[in-house]
Amino acid sequence: MKKVFYIMILLAMVFTACAPEPAAPTEAAPVETAAPEEPASTAAPVEPAIQELTILWAEWDPANYLQEIGNLYEQETGIKVNVVQEPWGSFYDLMASQWAAKSDTYDMVVGDSQWTGQGATQGHYVDLTEFMTSNGIDKSVTPGTLKYYGEYPVGSGTYWAYPTEGDAVGWAYRKDLFEDPKEMDDFKAKYGYDLKPPDTWAQLRDIAEFFTRPDNPVNGVKYGVGVYTQKDYDGMIMGYENVMFSWGADWFDPTTFEVEGVVNSQEAVDALTFYRGLYQFAPPGTSNAFFAEMNDAFISGQVAMVMNYFAFLPALGNPGVNPNADKTGYFSGPAGPNGDRYVALGGQGLSVLSYTSAERQQASMDFIKWFAQEEIQKEWAKVGGYTCNSNVLASEEFLNNTPYNRAFSESMNVVKDFWNIPVFGEMLEPVNRILHPYIVDGQGDPKELLDQLAAEQHQILVDNEILK
Amino acid sequence: MENVISSRKSRRWHLGDRALVNIFIWPTLSLLILMNIFPLFYSIYLSFTNYSVIGNKLPVWVGLQNYQQLLNNEQVWSYFAITGRYALASVALQTVLGFGLAMLIREKFKGSGFITTLILIPMMLSPVVVGLFFKLMFNPGYGIFNYLISWLGVPLTTDWLAKTDLALWAIVIVDVWMWTPFVMLLVLSGLSAIPDYLYEAAVIDRASSWFQFWRITLPQVAPLVLIAVLFRSIEAFKSFDLAMGLTGGGPGATTRLISIDIYTRAFLGQFKTGQASALAVIVLVVIIAVSNLYITALNKGKEA
Repeated sequence: MKKVFYIMILLAMVFTACAPEPAAPTEAAPVETAAPEEPASTAAPVEPAIQELTILWAEWDPANYLQEIGNLYEQETGIKVNVVQEPWGSFYDLMASQWAAKSDTYDMVVGDSQWTGQGATQGHYVDLTEFMTSNGIDKSVTPGTLKYYGEYPVGSGTYWAYPTEGDAVGWAYRKDLFEDPKEMDDFKAKYGYDLKPPDTWAQLRDIAEFFTRPDNPVNGVKYGVGVYTQKDYDGMIMGYENVMFSWGADWFDPTTFEVEGVVNSQEAVDALTFYRGLYQFAPPGTSNAFFAEMNDAFISGQVAMVMNYFAFLPALGNPGVNPNADKTGYFSGPAGPNGDRYVALGGQGLSVLSYTSAERQQASMDFIKWFAQEEIQKEWAKVGGYTCNSNVLASEEFLNNTPYNRAFSESMNVVKDFWNIPVFGEMLEPVNRILHPYIVDGQGDPKELLDQLAAEQHQILVDNEILK
Repeated sequence: MENVISSRKSRRWHLGDRALVNIFIWPTLSLLILMNIFPLFYSIYLSFTNYSVIGNKLPVWVGLQNYQQLLNNEQVWSYFAITGRYALASVALQTVLGFGLAMLIREKFKGSGFITTLILIPMMLSPVVVGLFFKLMFNPGYGIFNYLISWLGVPLTTDWLAKTDLALWAIVIVDVWMWTPFVMLLVLSGLSAIPDYLYEAAVIDRASSWFQFWRITLPQVAPLVLIAVLFRSIEAFKSFDLAMGLTGGGPGATTRLISIDIYTRAFLGQFKTGQASALAVIVLVVIIAVSNLYITALNKGKEA
């Protein structure tokens, strides 16, 4: 009898484990109920074959804005758009796992610019060249965003993504400190020029030094500047390259892909030394810091200035989040010693994933075509998205929409990006390993470190047959 | 008649012991094969290929190339050395402190059960959460760690996690805080199993406390200490989450344990699945070898 009892328990457990999930509420129902009372003129008379599109993006405000735009699309066409958000820390891993599984869970992804090489060469993304050129979409966005978010290989005229969320590294600063008469006088007396948002990196350094007073804080601010130092992925690189590009150095020769003599040029050595110097004025404990830590440092009133992607700056202007929101100003990245001015590119492009049916791919492209319209891009900018549409970006309406849009628009004209080749991850690793101890702990000689970096990156490019 | 029907029914439901054993064993065995054995052998196979999980290409057999590249890579050896230093320091400290704590709370006193439970709390926490909390505690600006150290008369403003010479020690400190209770627990169970008559005889013979500890306590507890050291060494050697949460392997790669290096190769934009599998196999072999050394020592101890 006991045996029978045990068998029954075992069977019950097996059945419970294998039992199908209770049927989820049908997703078609809301589509039907959500049908607009006053359908737009473009609404199809018959129900569309594809009733739902799913877009994967990172978990942040712009994804919420895209969902709002998606809701508009649903109102016009009856096709529901779901923007699925994944935390930044696992966003790339999730996308990669979908690629690995050739999954059709997502129709589109708003992916990082550096993924483009993998997406294009490994067959994860649909080639959008014909679609974008024949519909004039390529002409509607700024050339820089098309090049960095959509094109692979760079200069090939082959497009894999629609530039969706433009972004760049910008700066937030404490206006109350910069406009304090006593601070202004003291600053001028010490440095010989007026205290104002910096035009050059040298000025930024002076201001950072001036406000670094751990024992004598001004309005609670103890440190001058917050800079990116995170070494796990591309955080530190996104900070350092602002300085490196503005010093006239680069990650590689854009014509030959050669790194030797480029990544370790004298300009790069000077830029690295400068970035290390800047970290001296950063709050302690920011030795592995990226966008979240920058905003934390600023919101907690520790620093006078922080670098951060424009997409994260809205939080600093929100009084519910930042108690000093009304005292916060914004500026674009300053110029280097020779007047060169570049800022690191952030942002993403919208790509169609190749593992869905042809019908779904076509429906995705229809969405992109609709989304790329100037009117929709205006709406995208209005709800908070950083449009890449040339006309919208240049419009007074956009420039005055938020306190940081003007700085954003300036920055988007001087953006530069790093690698987007399939082996970008391998190229990142030695940068983090070799440069991070120098930046946060002063370990090593900058020239020797950059020589080592150049040698290792050269070998990676040779091993992967990018360099002969 | 009723008895006959009932006996037929019971015969119909009768299952032999062997059948019952099979019913219980095979689901477990199938799961084990599916979730452990197959992945293990598949990763061993992948370690001989140039496979990239996102590469959209089938694995291509490259023989021992991955192993050659890894074993000729100075960086990999340095990560093994970092892992070894970390394992040695943390296991040694845990053993000494765990033993000491067990000796202290060996005698029952009022509230000893409660105190023992309190001491055990750290090992019940998630390593990632512990890592993130200690990251805050090590913060030189507002963290409590430097403040506590200053009680010892050493004022510190050090950024432990940014210093190349201190970051590994920071991880060791947290690991020791977290896992010393585990050693204590094992030692405590060993101590409680020592028969009282051994100590009574020693007292009658006027043996000193040191003599009692050296000749009775230590030999009796040694097998359990070795087991604790074995478990902690294996865990320390494949430790990932704590270090990842605390330093992410930094500054640079100064706290990059071998498991973090496997993760870096397998993910983080690289997706060198074949090479990461090869490194995982190497680590497995090392762990098996180290475990065997301990087990041999344990067996010798038992024989002695």
